[in-house]
Amino acid sequence: MEKIMHKPMATSGLPAIGLSRRLLSWEFFLLLMTAVVFGLNSLASPYFLDPWNLSDATFNFVEKAVVALPLAMLIICREIDLSVASIIALASAAMGFTAQAGAGTELIVLAGLVTGLLCGLVNGLLVTRFEIPSIVVTIGTMSLFRGITYILLGDTVLKNYPESFAYLGQGYVYWVFSFEFVLFGVLALLFYGLLHRTNFGRRTYAIGNNPTAAFYSGINVARHRLILFVLVGLISGLASVLLTSRLGSTRPTIALGWELSIITMVVLGGVSIMGGAGTILGVVIAVFLMGLVTFGLGLLNVPGIVMSIIIGAMLIGVIATPVLLIKFKGRKSAP
Amino acid sequence: MSDSNPMFSLRGVSKSFPGVKALDQVQLDLYPGQVTALIGENGAGKSTLVKTMTGIYQPEAGELRFRGEAVSLDTPEAARQLGITAIHQETVLFDELSVTENIFAGHYLTKGRFKQLDWAGMDARARQILQDIEAPIDPQTRLKYLSIGQRHMVAIARALSFDAQVVILDEPTAALSHHEIEELYAIVRRLKEAGCAIMFISHKFDEIFAIADRYTVFRDGCYVGDGRIDETDEAGLVTLMVGRTVEQVYPKASAKIGDTVLQVKQLSHPTEFDDISFELRQGEILGFYGLVGAGRTELMQALFGVSRGVQGTVEIGQERVDIRSPADAIKAGIVYVPEERQAQGTVQEMSIFQNISLPQLSQINRSGWLNEEAEYALADTYASRLQVKAPNWREKVGNLSGGNQQKVVIGKWLATQPRVIILDEPTKGIDIGSKAAVHAFMSELVQEGLAVIMVSSELPEVMGMADRIIIMHEGQAVSEVARHEFSAERIVSAASGG
Repeated sequence: MEKIMHKPMATSGLPAIGLSRRLLSWEFFLLLMTAVVFGLNSLASPYFLDPWNLSDATFNFVEKAVVALPLAMLIICREIDLSVASIIALASAAMGFTAQAGAGTELIVLAGLVTGLLCGLVNGLLVTRFEIPSIVVTIGTMSLFRGITYILLGDTVLKNYPESFAYLGQGYVYWVFSFEFVLFGVLALLFYGLLHRTNFGRRTYAIGNNPTAAFYSGINVARHRLILFVLVGLISGLASVLLTSRLGSTRPTIALGWELSIITMVVLGGVSIMGGAGTILGVVIAVFLMGLVTFGLGLLNVPGIVMSIIIGAMLIGVIATPVLLIKFKGRKSAP
Repeated sequence: MSDSNPMFSLRGVSKSFPGVKALDQVQLDLYPGQVTALIGENGAGKSTLVKTMTGIYQPEAGELRFRGEAVSLDTPEAARQLGITAIHQETVLFDELSVTENIFAGHYLTKGRFKQLDWAGMDARARQILQDIEAPIDPQTRLKYLSIGQRHMVAIARALSFDAQVVILDEPTAALSHHEIEELYAIVRRLKEAGCAIMFISHKFDEIFAIADRYTVFRDGCYVGDGRIDETDEAGLVTLMVGRTVEQVYPKASAKIGDTVLQVKQLSHPTEFDDISFELRQGEILGFYGLVGAGRTELMQALFGVSRGVQGTVEIGQERVDIRSPADAIKAGIVYVPEERQAQGTVQEMSIFQNISLPQLSQINRSGWLNEEAEYALADTYASRLQVKAPNWREKVGNLSGGNQQKVVIGKWLATQPRVIILDEPTKGIDIGSKAAVHAFMSELVQEGLAVIMVSSELPEVMGMADRIIIMHEGQAVSEVARHEFSAERIVSAASGG
């Protein structure tokens, strides 16, 4: 008779993740979709492949995409910030008044960033100290920050920005690569590192999957979330710098409704709205996918309303696909 | 007694699911006026059997006989028609409806040409049934105002409203207090007198010996034996259930008791517990026994820094420590394996090694950047030692069985090299094999000089493993018993405030 041997169940080294699992990933699916849209676009319009046209197209989404990066981390951490567009507006107003007072570019940028940071701090403190759900807090601050902007600005349009300020939103670093675009690339790398390569990122996932177990493992959940809210605020301030510089003016309606497109980017990128799952790579690809779809439809002279219908349908389709796949798979293996 | 004919019996019944044979040629007899305990570990096939008996599953082979006649239970309705009814652990009832509506939901009494609902009739019938089981509940009360115990009475009344012949009680005492369990026993006795055949499923041996007349044991989907309860004892049943002896389930080893590690003085919580003082020595297993709601878990959570507003002092190795969060507790060397394994102990979606490294990420990856090789090596040390069963440590914790998840939680804490480990219901809901492994491991830990606090509601477990037991009742530490003075009567009576 053969004896049952108790072999060690696992090897002691870190096993690699198989190629098949990588190919089946959400990011790969998104990349494929992006390639398809890219192909269709280049077939549909002769102007599409022009480098300058492509470069111009990035201006439409890069400012939003910058905010999508920290917001992805916040959503992975099971919180949300709906006030990002209002933070952009308030930060823009702060910059407008700083500029009106005759300050230089450095001080204007600082005003924008600090305003964003403070707004994030307000959100974060309300959520973590008073334990109010973030969706409630940030719906409130969405109106609050926007409302303050309206009161501060009234009917005035602030546009006394110095000439050097324009570079941030309009300048090019090299050839067709704009400052905005390059900055987004750098930030994407930084956030990739932060989420996927640091203790902070690991804790973000742990909290998002199970805040209680994370707390019971000695993680300071409240402080972690506060930091993320501040980060979202700060980067919203940065987006405000870029947008204000590109437009060269501040109106109270600036970035109105952007929060929804930014959240769409995050969710399309495969970040679970329930928290705990998602990658920066997915969000970056989703940003380009949305940008390309919008740009392609624009080249085809598709009206804005139809465009938003298509984006909405895409979002629902993309979210429904994995749910349907799981159901289908579940049916095969259920008892 | 067993010379009478069984009211309900199964012969050669099999049922399989893809990959598992849940029931393999099992047999069972239920006699009128008798309680038969169905005994088996988790995964022995008890739930599948209940579902087969109540028409939810159809067996692939075998025969079901009711009063000597072969029957087929194609639907739950068919089972109900014969008077076969099951009362589950978590009974689904409707909070916003009255007791009467709950009792008759789905089989309302009607009257007249247009089949109007006969509320007066139903109320009267509900009152009658509740009176029969001596449950003083007004049938018109809405369910949400009732206690858990009273809800159980309603569930039983609902079962009886079908003119029950065969009553299956599936772990009915899980959520009940001591007093409510006594009431349940009284009901079971009345059902016996009324001639019902009763099947009683429980993990608790004291209940089985208190109420059952006969037993049937399943193991891994197979029938392994049956007989009269007065002709066996707990050791005999455990051996049948697991193919192991009691000594193997509670392997108490003697460890050298050393210096005091933890000293708790006058710890009080505004609502949960009051003025608790005790000390814990190196190499000691200190048991905390008490009923649900005695404040044991709350006390442990306070020691671990989860609760707020706690007064009193905690000393670790003569030094006073201020514990305001789990992070503080971990730093002081106190770790806590929670009762709610899935909700509080593990991040189900993350891998084994990520769960194990979670409390000390900053120590492993000092620079702040992840070093997964180092994390994996740490996890390997502890997961191997605890014999976690998984293909590798990248496996998601959510894919593991309850017992293996518990091993991951324990491994996570051992990796922090604590001085005191608190185990809150460490073997709740895990199979007896893993249970024995967890107990053996506790013995190993204390031999290595760790101090263990074990909270348990299972008397055999505390009595089997602890060196000393502190008994809590309504937030007070009412009694302390050393191992040589252990007696079940004494412990239970102290726990119920006697």
